[in-house]
Amino acid sequence: MDILWAQSAPLTAREVGRLIQDRDLAPTTVMTVLDRLSRKGFLNRTRDGRAWRYEPAESRDAYVTELMLEALDLTGDRSAALTRFAQAVSGSEAEILRRALMELEEQ
Amino acid sequence: MIAAAVLAVLALACAVGAWRLTSARWPWRAPRTAILLWQSLGVTWGLATTGALFAYALSPYGAGVVHGLSILLTSAEFDVREPHDVIRLCALLSGFTLLTVLVAVLVAAGAQTLRARRRHRMLLKLIARDEPAVPGVRVVDHPGAAAYCLPGLKSEVVISAGTLDLLSQDELDAMLAHELAHARERHDLVLLPFGALLRALPWSAVVRDAQESVALLIEMAADDRARRFCSPKRLATALLRFGAATAVPTPHGALGATSGQNVMARVNRLIKPDIDLPAHVRYGILVASAVLAVSAPLLWLLPA
Repeated sequence: MDILWAQSAPLTAREVGRLIQDRDLAPTTVMTVLDRLSRKGFLNRTRDGRAWRYEPAESRDAYVTELMLEALDLTGDRSAALTRFAQAVSGSEAEILRRALMELEEQ
Repeated sequence: MIAAAVLAVLALACAVGAWRLTSARWPWRAPRTAILLWQSLGVTWGLATTGALFAYALSPYGAGVVHGLSILLTSAEFDVREPHDVIRLCALLSGFTLLTVLVAVLVAAGAQTLRARRRHRMLLKLIARDEPAVPGVRVVDHPGAAAYCLPGLKSEVVISAGTLDLLSQDELDAMLAHELAHARERHDLVLLPFGALLRALPWSAVVRDAQESVALLIEMAADDRARRFCSPKRLATALLRFGAATAVPTPHGALGATSGQNVMARVNRLIKPDIDLPAHVRYGILVASAVLAVSAPLLWLLPA
């Protein structure tokens, strides 16, 4: 996925395989992974002759943002999917917390 | 008829009990006990309400709720001769509707949660990295502060790069102990039915308060477990630092109005611990919860 994010143009499975230098992967493995990712909606693919060309459906940043919104429970559905360390607070409440932190650290 | 009356009283008692419990303060001194009481109140309320409707509708059979229902389903007959039989028919239909809604809401919430988690897990696999400083924890590269546990058969603790910078090593350890407590005690399963009920009855103040109380209690239970492994003061400063850093500039609909107070309540508990609820009181509450939880199923079976 990182390889596809680093490229500006869609790649074929063969090109992706060539870019994965550090591991000795069979070309079919690369194809299977790409195929699975595209079926789950993380990659878009287009026909190019006899091969598929793959590109990321969303940028990496978009996925990071999605994770963070869910992490801070800002998606609005109060989902029980995650258990968070602390709920997000509003600006004025943050001021109270900051003051309490200072008092606590002076002790 | 007696069973119907008793079940109706029981349902009402559960509702009143839940309403009283939302404003009680003793649960903070024994969060685990209070969570069990909440669970048994919730289950009993559901069974007692539907049971009262069924018991009233099926009173002519004189066979109790469970046997009455089986007679009804095998004979597939429901006599409507007099005007009050129409009321009984209404009670029967509302009983079935309520039962269906409660079960459907739970199943839907469970499925939706599983789906959200599967996607979240997949995204983490694509984006998150390991960090040598905090082994076993997944790190997401984002400057904002975030720390949470993705529960499941194999729970994962996730923090953002912002949190790594924000907290000291001691505070990180304290926070991780807290998140691992959530994962270990599967607090997500405790919260799930209350969240589901809230989605089904979003206008009900008691249900909303109940959901918020239970959400706060599981945090306190996790704090209690975490402080066995780390200094309570470090956990408190981690909470404050983290809470202040996650502040959003504008009030948001998704935020509980009390989230800041909740953080302060947890901090105060950590720094100045109240005396634990005396053991005999705790056991008393546990026994009461158990009696409550078996009472409704027994009344369903009772032939009266």
